[in-house]
Amino acid sequence: MPEPTALKLTAKDFKSDQEVRWCPGCGDYAILAAVQGFMPELGIPRENIVFISGIGCSSRFPYYMNTYGMHSIHGRAPAIATGLSTTRPDLSIWVVTGDGDALSIGGNHLIHALRRNVNLKILLFNNRIYGLTKGQYSPTSEIGKITKSTPVGSADAPFNPLSLALGAEATFVARTIDSDRKHLQSVLRAAAEHQGSAFVEIYQNCNIFNDGAFDQLKEPATRDDYLIRLEHRQPITFGTDGQFCVVHPPGGFGLEVRETATTPTDQIVVHDATVTDPAYAFALTRLPGPDLRNTPIGVLRSVNRPAYDTVVQEQVATAKARTDQTLEQQLARLLANGDTWTII
Amino acid sequence: MTKQIRQLDRVVIRFAGDSGDGMQLTGDRFTSETAQLGNDISTLPNFPAEIRAPAGTLPGVSSFQVHFADYDILTPGDAPNVLVAMNPAALKANLVDLPRGADVIVNTDEFTKRNLAKVGYQVSPLDDGSLDGYVVHPVALTSMTVGALAGLEVSKKDAERAKNMFALGLLSWMYSRPYESTLRFLERKFAARPELVAANVAAFRAGWNFGETTEDFSVRYEVKPAKMVAGTYRNITGNQALSLGLVAAGVRSGLPVFLGAYPITPASDILHELSKHKRFGVVTMQAEDEIAAVGAALGASYGGSLGVTTTSGPGVALKSETISLAVALELPLVVVDVQRAGPSTGMPTKTEQADLNMALFGRHGEAPVAVIAPKSPADCFHAALEAARIALTYRTPVILLSDNYVANGSEPWLLPDIDSLPDLRVQFATAPNGEDGTTFLPYLRDPATLARPWAVPGTPGLEHRIGGLEKADKTGDISYDPANHDLMVRTRAARIDTIPVPDIEVEDPDGDARVLVLGWGSTYGPIGAACRTLRQRGLAIAQAHLRHLAPMPANLGDVLRAYDRVVIPEMNLGQLAHVIRARYLIDAIGYNQVRGLPFTAAELETTLEEVVKNA
Repeated sequence: MPEPTALKLTAKDFKSDQEVRWCPGCGDYAILAAVQGFMPELGIPRENIVFISGIGCSSRFPYYMNTYGMHSIHGRAPAIATGLSTTRPDLSIWVVTGDGDALSIGGNHLIHALRRNVNLKILLFNNRIYGLTKGQYSPTSEIGKITKSTPVGSADAPFNPLSLALGAEATFVARTIDSDRKHLQSVLRAAAEHQGSAFVEIYQNCNIFNDGAFDQLKEPATRDDYLIRLEHRQPITFGTDGQFCVVHPPGGFGLEVRETATTPTDQIVVHDATVTDPAYAFALTRLPGPDLRNTPIGVLRSVNRPAYDTVVQEQVATAKARTDQTLEQQLARLLANGDTWTII
Repeated sequence: MTKQIRQLDRVVIRFAGDSGDGMQLTGDRFTSETAQLGNDISTLPNFPAEIRAPAGTLPGVSSFQVHFADYDILTPGDAPNVLVAMNPAALKANLVDLPRGADVIVNTDEFTKRNLAKVGYQVSPLDDGSLDGYVVHPVALTSMTVGALAGLEVSKKDAERAKNMFALGLLSWMYSRPYESTLRFLERKFAARPELVAANVAAFRAGWNFGETTEDFSVRYEVKPAKMVAGTYRNITGNQALSLGLVAAGVRSGLPVFLGAYPITPASDILHELSKHKRFGVVTMQAEDEIAAVGAALGASYGGSLGVTTTSGPGVALKSETISLAVALELPLVVVDVQRAGPSTGMPTKTEQADLNMALFGRHGEAPVAVIAPKSPADCFHAALEAARIALTYRTPVILLSDNYVANGSEPWLLPDIDSLPDLRVQFATAPNGEDGTTFLPYLRDPATLARPWAVPGTPGLEHRIGGLEKADKTGDISYDPANHDLMVRTRAARIDTIPVPDIEVEDPDGDARVLVLGWGSTYGPIGAACRTLRQRGLAIAQAHLRHLAPMPANLGDVLRAYDRVVIPEMNLGQLAHVIRARYLIDAIGYNQVRGLPFTAAELETTLEEVVKNA
C-alpha cells in the first residue's frame, strides 16, 4: 500500500459528479458516506486509489467515488482487481461487492483472492437478498425465505460469509454494520492497514426487498443484547450491562455464550485477532443464532502472511537483478536460445 | 563393409511407439540434428490426450513425423517414407498412412504374443506376409540396447528405456545426421544422473554402429542442405514462437506483459514458456479458472500492462463475457486461442479451425474484436506482435487463432533483427483533454484510430470511472440515451472495421489462373504445397491466404471477384466460406475436413485439380 502523504483532502474530494441512484433509504448511502468520510484518513492521493466492483446494487459504488474506478461484470471484480494489484502494487485497491456477486456467481474468485492474499480491501455489502434483479433470495438468505423465486420458501442453507472467508485462508476478516458509521470507519481503518486481502462484511439494509433484515442489531431495545463488539485484547462481554460473556468450554470445539455473573473471570475469552489458528475466529463466526443473537462485529482475524502481489513482484525484481544487459540484448539472446545454425 | 550412399531430395520419417517410449523426444532430437545440417524441415507431433494410456494399446500410440528436404517445404509430409514402429500397436496404427515400398523398422522384441493380441493380431504381421509390400527391417531394439549397456551401472528398466536413443542412433546413421547436439542434449537433460547420460549415449552409439555394421541396412542416405535465405535459424514450434512474440511485444512496447492463464491443452506450453521470462518483466498468473485468467489480464491492462490470456476453445467460451467487457471498456487485450477439435472436450490433442465463428461472432451484443491467425509455427512470433500492435494501438481485444497443428508443429525460423520488429510504444494519457483544460473525457477519441485515451490509475487529474454499462460519447458517463447507444455501437464497429491491415497478396506466378484458393491460419502449408505441385504439372492456380480475419483486407473483395472460382479449404464445416459468401456475395466452394488432422497436400491437390479442370 502506498505511503501516506500529507494531503489535505476531505470527504467532498471523494464525491464524484455522478448522481447517486440507489433507492431512497438504502443502506448503501450510509456506507458511501462513511467510506468517503474515511478516505482522507488514508493519506493517499485520489489518483492512487481504485474501486472495482462487480454487478448488483452495491457495485454501482465506484461511479460515486472520485477516484479511479471500474464497474465490471458479475462476480469478477476480485479477479480483475488481482490482475491490477499484481501489476500495480503502488495502488490502493478496494473491491466493492454484494452477497450475490461475491458468494454466488463470483464465489470462486473470492475464495482464490483470499487464498492468494492479494493486497485488496474487499467490502461485501450483505443484504441477504438480490436487489437489482428485484427480490430473489441470495446465498446468504435464511433457509425458508419467501421471495419471488421461492414462493414457498427457499430450500437451501445459506453461507456464513465470514466462515467461508476463514475456510478460504483469509488473513483479515471483519464485520460491521451500515448504520454504525463510527464502527464502520474503525473497521475500514484496520482493513486499510492490513497487508494482503482484507475481507469486510457490512450488514446492509435493503429497504425495498428485505427491509429490517438486521433490525435486531440496530434497534436500541435489542442491539446491545444481540451484538458482540469485539475489541482486541479485551475480554468478550456484551449485553446492556455486560451480562453475557463468551467462553471456551473445556472439551468443546467451539465458543459458547454464558452469563457473566456465573462465569469465573479467568474463563472469559480475551479476544485476540492475531491468533494463528483460524479455528478461534471460525468459532466466533458460529456464535450467532438464526435470530442474529450473539453477532460478533469488529475484527475477528488479522494475521500476517506474504501478499501474492508482493511475492510475484519480488520474483520479477530478483530475475531482473540477475542481468545488466539491456532488454533488447536479452531479447536477442532469448530468440537465439538453443540449437541454431547459420546460412551464409 | 562400405555402404552405398544415395542422395535424396526429401524424406519423411515417422517415429511411432507407446506414449511412454519417448517418441516425441526422439523426433525432436532428430529434427534438431536435421536443422543443424541445414535441411528445410517441418514436423508434426501426434499424441493421445491420455498421459499414459494402457501400454501397448492403439489409444496409447504416440508419433512424431519429420519432413526434411534440400528445398523449401511447406508441410510435415503426407506419407512417411520410413516408419519406426516400437511395438505392434505403433505398426498397426500407422501402417494405413504408409505407401507401398516404404521402409519399416520394427522393434521385434515387442512383437510378443501378448502385445500382438492387445491390438488384435492373431498372427504376427512380421510372419504372415502382410508386410510384403514394404521394406521391413526387423531389429531387436530393446535387447540390443540392454546388451549394449551391459557394462554400465543402470537398472534393467533404465536400460530398456534407452531404446529410443538406439533408434535415434540408427536413423541418424541412415540419414547421415550430425549428432553432436544430441550428445550435448543428453548431458544437459540427465546432468543430475551421470549414469543415465552414459547409458543414453551408449545406446545412441550402439544404434549408429548397428547401422554401420549390419547387412540389413545396405544403403545410407544424404539430403543436402536447402537453399534458404541467409541468416541464423533455429527450429521452433508455434507455441514457442508465440511466447517469444509476446515477450518481444513487451520489449518493443516498453510495457510489462501480464499473462493470465488456466492450464488447457494445447495452450499450456505458452504459460510454461512465459513463466520463465520474469527478467523481461513478464508476470504470469495461473488463475483459478478461465474467467479469472482473462479478468486478471484485463485488470492488468487497465493498470497499463499488456494483458494477455491464452487458452483453447472451451476457455474462450468461458472468457466471452469478459472479452465483451473489454470491448465496452476499450482496453488492450490479447486473447490467444490455440484451437483444438471440439465441441466440448472434443479431441484435445487434435487440430481444428472450428473456433472462427466464435472468434468473430461469439459474444453477446454487438461486440466486434480484431481477429488474426498465424499461418505456420514460425509465423506465430510475428502474429503475436501483430496482435499486440492492434490491441495497443486501437485499445481493443484481439483474438489470435492458432491451432494445435501450428502450436506443436515446428519449422526453421529465421531469427529477426530486434531493431526490425515493430515499434509498439504507446502514449498514456497524462493531462485533461476537455476543452476547458480541466475536464477529462475518457471516451473522447483519437480521430485517426478512434481509440480512446488510455489513462492508467496513478495519473493525477484523470480520475474517472469506466464500466460495462453503456457510456455516453466522450464523457463516459452512464447513458441510456437511444441515439447515444446507436452511436456507440456503430463507433465500436467502425473502430475495428477501419483498422488498417495489409492488403492480401495473391500468389499467381503466371497471372493466368482462373481459380483462386483462399485459406486462413494453419492450412497455408498444405494449400501451398498442393498449388505448387499443380503448377509443376502445368495447371494454373492462384493462392491467397488471410492473416487478418477481422477486419479483412480492403482489397479482398476485388481479389475474389477477379477469379472464376474461389475454393476455401478449412478444417471446419465452412466457417470462413460462410463469411465470404455473406460479405462479398461470392459463390465460394468449400472443401472441409474435420478429422483432427491437417490436410494432406495430396488430397488438396486432387480436389483443386478437379476445380481447375472444370473451371
